[in-house]
Order: sequence, then structure tokens, then C-alpha cells
Amino acid sequence: MQQLPKIPKEMFETAGIDRAQAEKIEKPSLSFWQDVFIRFRKNKLAMFGVVLMVLLVFMAIFGPLMVKYDYATNDLLNANQAPSSEHWFGTDELGRDVFARTWEGARISLFIGLAAALIDLFIGVVWGSISGYRGGRTDETMMRVADILYGVPYLLLVIILMVMLGQGLGTMILAMTITGWINMARIVRGQVLQLKNQEYVMASQTLGATTKRILFKHLIPNATGPILVTMTLTIPSAIFTEAFLSYLGLGVPAPLASWGTMASEGLPALEYYPWRLFFPGLFICLTILAFNVIGDGLRDALDPKLRK
Amino acid sequence: MSRLLEVKNLAVSFKTYGGEVQAVRGVNFHLNKGETLAIVGESGSGKSVTSQTIMRLIPMPPGRIKSGEMLFDGIDLAKKTDKEMEAIRGKDIGMIFQDPMTSLNPTMKVGAQIGEVVIKHSKVSKAEAKKRAVELLTLVGIPFPEQRVNQYPHEFSGGMRQRVVIAMALASNPKLLIADEPTTALDVTIQAQILELMKDIQKKTDTSIIFITHDLGVVANVADRVAVMYAGQIVEMGTVDEVFYDPKHPYTWGLLASMPSLDNEAEEELAAIPGTPPDLTNPPKGDAFAARNPYAMKIDFEQEPPMFKISDTHYAKTWLLHPDAPKVEPPASVQRRMRKVDNVYRTPVLVAKDGE
Amino acid sequence: MFKYIGKRLIYMFLSLWLIVTATFFLMRAVPGGPFTSEKQLPPEIQKNLNQYYGLDQPWYHQYFDYLTSILKWDFGPSFKYKGQTVNDLINGGFPVSFMLGMEAILIAIAIGVVLGVIAALKHNKWQDYTAMVIAVLGISVPSFIMAAVLQYVLAMKLQIFPVARWESWAHTVLPALALASTPMAFIARLTRSSMLEVLSNDYIRTAKAKGLSRGVITVKHAMRNAMLPVVSYMGPLVAGILTGSFVIEKIFGIPGLGSHFVLSISNRDYTTIMGVTVFYSILLLFCILLVDIAYGFIDPRIKLTGAKKGE
Repeated sequence: MQQLPKIPKEMFETAGIDRAQAEKIEKPSLSFWQDVFIRFRKNKLAMFGVVLMVLLVFMAIFGPLMVKYDYATNDLLNANQAPSSEHWFGTDELGRDVFARTWEGARISLFIGLAAALIDLFIGVVWGSISGYRGGRTDETMMRVADILYGVPYLLLVIILMVMLGQGLGTMILAMTITGWINMARIVRGQVLQLKNQEYVMASQTLGATTKRILFKHLIPNATGPILVTMTLTIPSAIFTEAFLSYLGLGVPAPLASWGTMASEGLPALEYYPWRLFFPGLFICLTILAFNVIGDGLRDALDPKLRK
Repeated sequence: MSRLLEVKNLAVSFKTYGGEVQAVRGVNFHLNKGETLAIVGESGSGKSVTSQTIMRLIPMPPGRIKSGEMLFDGIDLAKKTDKEMEAIRGKDIGMIFQDPMTSLNPTMKVGAQIGEVVIKHSKVSKAEAKKRAVELLTLVGIPFPEQRVNQYPHEFSGGMRQRVVIAMALASNPKLLIADEPTTALDVTIQAQILELMKDIQKKTDTSIIFITHDLGVVANVADRVAVMYAGQIVEMGTVDEVFYDPKHPYTWGLLASMPSLDNEAEEELAAIPGTPPDLTNPPKGDAFAARNPYAMKIDFEQEPPMFKISDTHYAKTWLLHPDAPKVEPPASVQRRMRKVDNVYRTPVLVAKDGE
Repeated sequence: MFKYIGKRLIYMFLSLWLIVTATFFLMRAVPGGPFTSEKQLPPEIQKNLNQYYGLDQPWYHQYFDYLTSILKWDFGPSFKYKGQTVNDLINGGFPVSFMLGMEAILIAIAIGVVLGVIAALKHNKWQDYTAMVIAVLGISVPSFIMAAVLQYVLAMKLQIFPVARWESWAHTVLPALALASTPMAFIARLTRSSMLEVLSNDYIRTAKAKGLSRGVITVKHAMRNAMLPVVSYMGPLVAGILTGSFVIEKIFGIPGLGSHFVLSISNRDYTTIMGVTVFYSILLLFCILLVDIAYGFIDPRIKLTGAKKGE
């Protein structure tokens, strides 16, 4: 048997419930986006991607200004020079400075990527949110159309369009977005379907809000997460498609330089003048890497299940 | 009455980003052969962690057994390696989990899932294992077992699936069955059926059962003894009669008072325990229940209460049992239920820290 | 189950019809006829050619003719290679492409699944990070750049493998690797996230509680469920390998259907472009249909209820 511990009598007076203690929340509360931001920041790979992207955009804007050479000026006497202090990335078969062309190409490739992503975003969001919100027949028909269009092999359709409509920046972007929006539409529709049954939507409807208002003020902002992820991942896909098409000879016309056309011209010269493929190729990879990694990081940061 | 399981001073913690969560903080209990022990508590009380630690199912990082022993038939399970536990799980100890909708593998036939337990632990042929599966399906009351043994889980209703899970847990005639809230996810009527089934099986096979639940009604139905857990500790433990008719801990009073009952006066408000359990990354230094305890005394905020023994089988961890503590009255609805219980000590006895 | 297949079939035919129609009308949208790039031909010869190729008929007539000939598996004559039909080109080139494609698919699946499973089992340890870095690289490096790198390092500089052509088993290694690199990365990531999701499921805990060994749990319980999304990926996988082959065959000088197709694009050989596109579309949609049916057999939830979870 144990000894009872010595306790002064006053200790046994009732103290009552400490309401504040009872309901005390130990951790500070965060807003949704603050939480997402913190989680994103912790992801080292994703932050590396952000740094990379900033550097690439910086070079795309200021790169061509850093050298005295212009991307289109021929200089046949100095053709196919290896990288040197004169030409940091060397020259191509027409004597054009590869450094200048690389960053000029960056502008075009990034522009294509961004344009495709934005167009996909616009069409996809409108299509998906209307389809998801209306539901019923409208939803079924809209999604059927999307499904059938989705069944058409993307790259083949793009190739056909490029061949038939002629090469050019505009055609390329058109070709990419003809079926590219479907993925975005599906994601938006999924989100809208999930969200429209939430109570705040019903409350808004009871207060007499129009469909447009509900869509723009409530549903779409809450679907922003997945929309952002999809957009971020569209860009590398577009850059890849551009490079791919250029390889097939369907890229932007000369003397414009996109990374795809540069890589395509650089390939036959691989054995003797590898820098002509190396630089555009390297930056294609880095750009795709950066956006993929950022997109992944966003997706993980938005995932409520916090899989760590 | 021999002891099948003895848990002594068990402490389990989890390393998380926010710090070390002390999920189980010094738990002592035992289970006798053939009896049913109910462990009751809110979410976060540590009851599931305790039972899963016995089976060593807690992933060991981030989880960690800080101290304690778990003697199963004399063998300390806390010291066993994962490989050694494989021989015990499913064979000597079986476990049933809460949600029957997700506890079964959706791409495997039900018979195969039951059969693999038998094959793993008794080296029989596939055909014999299938026969045993059919026997078990009959035991748990599933009609047309010969056909159903070839079906997939999604072809069964919730209650049926839970029966399958029970069949799986019993496949190798385990000595101990741990049921972690087996009826919480089921309808009330199905719940009653499953409980009847379990009592029935226990009579037939003399399995000892640990039954985890938050529902006191279920406890009254199936248990021989009850342990009430709060914030990682056992705050009261005794036979079902003792805990229901002569409860000593304010938390137990709170639980009993919040049970809706036909005995309550029509205008009486249903008592709820205000507040929420404490954060276990930083457990309070005194009695963990003090902040929500209307009967709390100053000492409750300063020092953790010791465990007092009120009878051979009844324990409670509260300063109210100290001789210097004021005499208090439990809430009215609890008092109404109180009855005289035999063999109570004249004065509560203090219990040593690591013993009973 | 039949409802499931039937629905897929209908969609497939609609998509196919769409691309055949789009191809047909786009070709007609090209300014000037298919012969304008050639040297000026005397008008009678032009008229004969037009008649031979049916170009003097009204458009709906031509369209109908085209649809019927496709149904008869006749893709018409090649505009550029006189005397050869598109069918000839397909019959000659496809077996080569098929072999390359199969090799690439096998490599992608074998390595991808293994990497993914290891990464999931060793979650957050060095094996996980290494595997995922490899995967990220695979996704970020387009197949043709990978091809160029492999060619440069392993063939031109180190001379371990032949640089180009399709003459022996050694010749198939580099192109198959290049073709497989991106799909392999996708499969690795897909397998990993699928495994991680499956491993967190309750039935895995149940399996452990039954005393099953880690190996049995991983293969019999986890992988069986984790592979389902990977099977669904097979459709896009085949599509990716197919389109990837265009460029890979060109780089390595492989006489497959892909390089014929690329050549026909540069040559503006319209019937060949159309014919091969239609052929590829049929092939692709058929493969996707097969995968969908296979998935229906593997996932018991579809077998009986006739619909995927959430459809």
C-alpha cells in the first residue's frame, strides 16, 4: 500500500470549469491559400522550378539584348563556329549567333505555351462550368461532344491542320487548342459538380443570385486550385508539341527561331556541331522541367490529404 | 480466472511536424480468458492506438512505444520483431476494424480473403481453405455460403461485409479478438445483429474480446468489464455493474449523463460535456480532464491524480477519492441510475504507479 | 458489361468518322489542286489525272467514294510514288514500326512499374527520391532530344551501339530506349502514386492484421489494386508511342511507317497523309477500345455492375 501524498487542504477547493482552457485551440489558424503557400514553399523541388522559371523568363526578355548580334543576321564567313567569347553559344550554318537565337526562340516558345494555356483555360472553364452547373441534358450533350472530340488522336489532328492550313504561329496555336481545352473542361466540370451542392451555393440561389454571378463569384474561385495546376501543366505540353511539330518540318517559318526549329535544324549537324542542338535542347528540357515541377508542387500543396 | 493479456504502463507517442503527440500515456489493464473488456472513450482518447499497438500495427516511425510491456500469454509483444508478429497476427489475435466498406480488398473474392488466413497459419490446401471459409460464413450467419464464398465484397451489404470481416478474424480460432468500433458504421438494427453474433460466437468458442467503442449502450450489452479512456489514459475501470451503477470519475459521470434515456425527465436538457479534449503534443500538467470538469479542484490543475482502488475490480483516477477531497454529488441523471454495488472498500486505496 | 462495350464502340466510330471527314475536307481546303506544285502539265493529261483520281466529281461524290473505299480497307494510290498504293506503304512500313513500338512499350512498362513500386515502398527514402528524379527527367526530356543524346553519347562518341538503320537487335536498342523514356517516367509516377494510395487503404491494414507477410501484401493485395490506373493508361501510352515513332524513326533512319508518314508530310503527298492518318486513327482507337474492355475484365466492380465507380 502506498502513502498518500501530503497535499495542503486548500488545494481541494473547487475551481470550476475554465471555459477558455476547455476550448483552447493550440495551433494558429491559417487561411486556405496561406496553408497552400506554406506547403508549396516546403517542396524544394517545386521552389527550384520557380527559380528556374524566373531565370528563363528573365533571359527570354533580356537575353537578346545582352549580345550585339541579332537573331536573323547571316554571317556566312563565321558559320558553324563552336562556342567562344565572341559567340557564347556558337553559330549555326548561316553564321547566326546561337545565343541570340536561343533567347529569341525562348520568347516564341514561351509565348506559344502561354497562349495555348490561356486559350485552353478560357474555353475549358466556360465549357466545363456551364456543363457542370446546368447538369442534366445540357451536361450530357456537352460532355458527349467533348468525349468524341477527345477520341480524335490529338497529334494527328494537329499535323493535318498544320499541313493543310499552312505553317505559322497562329495556325500552330489554333491546332494545339482545338482539342487541348477538353482536359480543362473536364476538370472544371468535376469541380463544379462537387461544389454546386454545397450549402453556400443554395444560400446564394435563395438570395436570388443569377447563374452568372454564382459561377463567377462562388464556383470558379473555389475551383481555382485544380485550374491552376492544369494550366501550369499545359505549358510544357504545348512547348513539347511545338518542338515536335518543328521536327516534322511544320514549325514556324524562317528566319523566326523557336526552340523546336533550332533543334530540328541542329539535329543533322549533331556529330560535328553539337552545340546547335545542345542549347535549344537544353532549354526545352529545363523549361518543361520547371513547369512540370511547379505544377506537381501546386497539386501536392492543394491536396487536402497532406500525403507526406 | 487466468489472465490472457496484461498491459503494463504502456506509453505510445507519434513524431509529427507539430511535435511529439503522446497518444497513450501510461495505460494499465488486463484481460481474463473468456471475458469481454470494453474500452470506451471519445475520438482521440487513445483507445484505437492502444489496441493497434497490441497487434503492433502502428507504423513504427512515426510511432514509437516509449515504455511498457504487453504480456500476451506471458510473452511481451512490445519486444517482438515484425516478422515474429506475423505468426501471431491472425492466428492468436484477430482484429476487426470499423468500416466494413473499406476493410476488404475489392478485387479479391471473399472466400480467398478468408482462406488466405487459414493457409498462412495452418498450411492446408486451397480446397480445404475454401471449405473452412464456407464453414466460417455459415458461423457468422451468411445465407447461401457456397455461392457467396465466390463473390466480391461489393456484392455484400454493409452488415454482411462486417460479418465477413468477423469470419476472417476468427478463421484460425484466435485466443483474443480485438474489435475496434465494429458497429459504429452500421445501422442500429444491423448493429444489434452483429453484437448478438459476437456474443454467440464467444459462447461457442470461448474467445476473449476487447471491444472498443464510444457508445455506452453497446458496452452495457456486451461487456463484462469496462475501461474508460480519456486523453491517453485510463481514468476509470471496473465491472460493468460497478462503472454504470457506481461511477467515481467525473468524466464517466459526464458520459453517462449524456446518454439519452427513457428515464430522463421530459424537460431536462441532455447534458453534454462542454469543450474538447486537450492537445496531446502538450498534455496539461495536472488532470487532463480538469478544464472541462465542473467538479475540478485547484489540485486538478497542478498535479496528475493517482489511481485509487475502490474494490478488488474497480479503479478510478481522480482526486475526488482523496480523503481530503470534498464530498460531491454526481449529476441527477447519473444518481438516478446509481445502485448499491457489493464488495466496496470502506476507504479508497492508493495504487502504486506501475501496478494494480 | 455489354452496355459498357457498346457505348465505347459507338464513341469510337463517331470519333473515327470525325477525323476521316476532317481529313477529307481539310485536304480540299488546300488552295490549288494536288498537282499545282508539279511542272506545268498539258491540260489533257491534267484532265486524265483528275479523272483517274476522281477529282472531277462533285465533292459529296468524292466524299462518299472515300468513305466506302476506307471501309473496304483501300486507302488509295500514293500521289508521289506512282505505282504504289498507300496500302503498299503501310504493309511495308508497319511491321517495322510495330516491332519498335512493342519493344518500347515493354521497356516502359517493365522499368516504369518496378521503379514506381520501389518508390512507393520506400516512401520518402533515398530510393523514392532517386526514382522520382529519374521520372521527372524522363518527362522533361522530349523523346527526340533523348534520342539525340543517346545517339551522340552511346553511338557516336562511345560507339557501343550503332548510330542508325534497322539491321540487327543492337540497332533496336537506342531507338526503343528513346521512345520509351517518357512513357516509362509517366508509368513510374502513376504506379507510385497509385501504390501510395492503395497502401493507405484500410484493407491493407486488414491484410497485415491477418498476419500476411510484407511480400504477399505488396503483390497480392496492393499491386493488384494499384495496377488498375496503369492499365487505363495503356491507351494514351500506345498513342504516345505511335506519335513518338514519327520522329524517332526519322532520327535513326528506320524504314517504318512513321518515317514514311513524315516524308509524305514534307512531300505534301496528300493521299498518303490522309491514308496513314486514317490508318493510325483506326489503330489507336481500336487499341483504346481493347484496353477499356480489358479493364472491364480486370476490375470486378465493372464486370458485374457495368459501370465504373462514379459513372
